[in-house]
Amino acid sequence: MADTDVLPNNTSTGLETSGPRGPRPRPMLSRRNIILYGTLIVIAVYYLLPLYVMIVTSLKGMPEIRLGNIFAPPVEVTFQPWVKAWAEACTGLNCDGLSRGFWNSVRITVPSVIISIAIASVNGYALANWRFKGSEIFFTILIFGSFIPYQVMIYPIVIVLRELGVYGSLTGLVIVHTIFGMPILTLLFRNYFVSVPEELFKAARVDGAGFWGIYLRIMLPMSLPIFVVAIILQITGIWNDFLFGVVYTKPDTYPMTVQLNNIVNSVQGVKEYNVNMAATIITGLVPLIVYFLSGKLFVRGIAAGAVKG
Amino acid sequence: MEPSISIKNLALSFGALEVLKDLNLEVAQGEFLVLLGSSGCGKSTLLNCIAGLLDVTDGQIFIGGRNVTWQEPSKRGIGMVFQSYALYPQMTVAGNLSFGLKNARLPKAEIEERVNRAAKILQIEPLLKRKPAALSGGQRQRAAIGRALVRDANVFLFDEPLSNLDAKLRADLRVEIKQLHQKLSNTMIYVTHDQIEAMTLADRIAIMRGGLILQLGSPNEIYNKPVNKYVAEFIGSPSMNFFDGQIDDSSSKFSTGAQVFPLEGYGFKEGTSPKGPAWLGIRPEHMVNGAEAEAAPIRMQGKVELVEPLGSDTLARVSAEGHSLWVRLDGQVSISDGDAITIGFDPARANIFDKTTENRL
Repeated sequence: MADTDVLPNNTSTGLETSGPRGPRPRPMLSRRNIILYGTLIVIAVYYLLPLYVMIVTSLKGMPEIRLGNIFAPPVEVTFQPWVKAWAEACTGLNCDGLSRGFWNSVRITVPSVIISIAIASVNGYALANWRFKGSEIFFTILIFGSFIPYQVMIYPIVIVLRELGVYGSLTGLVIVHTIFGMPILTLLFRNYFVSVPEELFKAARVDGAGFWGIYLRIMLPMSLPIFVVAIILQITGIWNDFLFGVVYTKPDTYPMTVQLNNIVNSVQGVKEYNVNMAATIITGLVPLIVYFLSGKLFVRGIAAGAVKG
Repeated sequence: MEPSISIKNLALSFGALEVLKDLNLEVAQGEFLVLLGSSGCGKSTLLNCIAGLLDVTDGQIFIGGRNVTWQEPSKRGIGMVFQSYALYPQMTVAGNLSFGLKNARLPKAEIEERVNRAAKILQIEPLLKRKPAALSGGQRQRAAIGRALVRDANVFLFDEPLSNLDAKLRADLRVEIKQLHQKLSNTMIYVTHDQIEAMTLADRIAIMRGGLILQLGSPNEIYNKPVNKYVAEFIGSPSMNFFDGQIDDSSSKFSTGAQVFPLEGYGFKEGTSPKGPAWLGIRPEHMVNGAEAEAAPIRMQGKVELVEPLGSDTLARVSAEGHSLWVRLDGQVSISDGDAITIGFDPARANIFDKTTENRL
C-alpha cells in the first residue's frame, strides 16, 4: 500500500481528504437564484408589457381592436396601420403622415447634435486645460444656465429669433437646441478633460503643440467614450423634444414629436388606435436604435470619469 | 564658460501663496543638478518654471544664454520627462517620439533618423510599433525619455521620473540615466524626493524647502557639511542623532545632560568661536562600537533597545545616558535586544548647529 500513498503528509496530519474541495457547488434552483431571477423577470415583464401591447395593437385591424382583448395577439396580421402612420395620416393640412416630420427631425437633430457637441467639447477643453482669467466665473454662469427652467426663456427667444429672421425655420430651432445643450455638455466635457492627467497636456506643450493641436491630436482621440455619451444625450434629447418644436416651428417644419401629438390627440373622427401605436413606435425608434447600437460605449463613457484618476 | 541655465530672482506665487521666493541658480553646461526636497517644497514648481509650463511672477530665466522667460516650452530647447510618463495613449511609441518633431515641421527623413537613433540608445527599437498600454512600466519610462531625447535638446528636465517604478527597476533605470548623461553630456535637472537618487546621480544637489534653496553643493558637501539642521536631518537614513546641549565659553567642550564631549578636531567656521545653546549631530554610520568605541574621543555606555538587520549593515537603536540613538553597525555583528554596548564617535565627524538659527557652526 505504500506506493499508493502519493501524499504521505495528508495521512500524518489526520485531516480528512475526502471533504469539500475546489469550487463550492451552487445549484441553479437555490433560494438566492429564485429570488434574484424572479424579481428580474417580474420587473422586465412590467416594463415590456406596454411595448407588447403597442406592437400587438399596431398589427391589428380596427374591427379586431374593438373586440377589446388588448393582450391577445393579432388574428390577422396587417401592416396597414404602419403604412398609414408613415405616409398617409393627416396632421392639420398635410396628409403625408409622419414621413414629413421624420425628415424635419433629422434635419433638426443632425446639425444640432454636431454643432452643439463641437462647440461644447472645445468649451470644456478650454475650461479644463487653459484656465484664463475669469474662467471659473464663466463656468459658474454656464452651469447656472442649466438650472433655469426652459419655460422662462421661451418668449424672449421668440423675440430674438424673430429679430434674427429665423423664427419658424429649422435654422432657428437648431440654434435653440445648440444653445440649450451648451451648459450640460460643457460640464460633461470639462469634467472628462479634467480627469485626463495634467502631465499629458504638459508633455504636449513641451512637444510644441498649441491649443488646437493638443485638442485635435491628443484630447480628441482619447475621448471617444465621452463623445458617445454626448451624442446619445443630444440625439435622444433633441429627437424627443416637444416644447421647442411646437413653439419655434410652423406646421411645415414641425418635428416628428409634434406631428405625433397632432395625430394621436386629434379629436375628430374615429380614434385609430393601431395607427397611433404604430406612429408612436416609429417616433421612438431612432433614440432606441441609437441606444442599442452604442449602449456599451455609453456605459463605458459614463463610468470613465469615475474609474480613471 | 557661460552657464547652461541661469535663474535670476525668480519668484512665483499663486494668489497670496508664495511658492518660490527670489530664487537664484546657475547650472553649468553638462552638469547634473538634482533638486531635492520633501513634497511641497517648490522643486517641481521650479522645474515647471524652467520648462515654461508655469508663468513666473517675477525674475528671469536664461537657457543657453538666451532669455526664455516669455518663451513657449517648445521654444526653450528642453526635453522633459514626467513622473506618470505622460505618453500619448493613442499613439505608438514611434508616434510618441515623433510628435514633437512633426509639430516642429521637420523633414520626414530626419524625423525617422532621430527616432531610430533615440530608440537605439534606449534599446526600445522592438517596441516602436507598440502602444503605451502594451508596455511595462520601465519600457514606458524609457519611451518617455526617448521623447525628450529626439528633441536634441541641450537641457533635460526630469520630474520624479522613477517614482512610479518598483525598487529594482528604479535602481536599474537610475544607472541608465547616469550612463545616458555620461554619453550625451547635456545639462540635466532632476527633481526627486528620493535622497538615494539624488546622492547617486547628482554633480550638485540643491536642497529645497519652502520655496528656497537651503544648500547647493556636491553630494559630498551636503552629506558631510550640511548648512543647517534641516538639511542634516533630511539627508541620511536613519536620520542623524542629535544631542541638545551647550558649548562652553572656550568653544572646546559640549555639555549635554551630565556628559561633557570634548570638541577637539571639530572644524568650526573659520574665525568663529561659538558658545551657548546648540545641537550636536552625529550620523548613525559615524558611530562605532566595541574596541573602536573604547578608543574614540567620545564614549557612552548603553543598552540595545531594537535591532534591524539589513544584511549589509545592522541598525541598532541604543539608549545611552538618557539619549536614544541610532547606530549603524557591521552586518555580521551579533547583538540582540537588551545587550550592553559601548558606543562612541569622533567629534571631527560631528555637526554642530546653533540652537535658535539651526545653522551650522
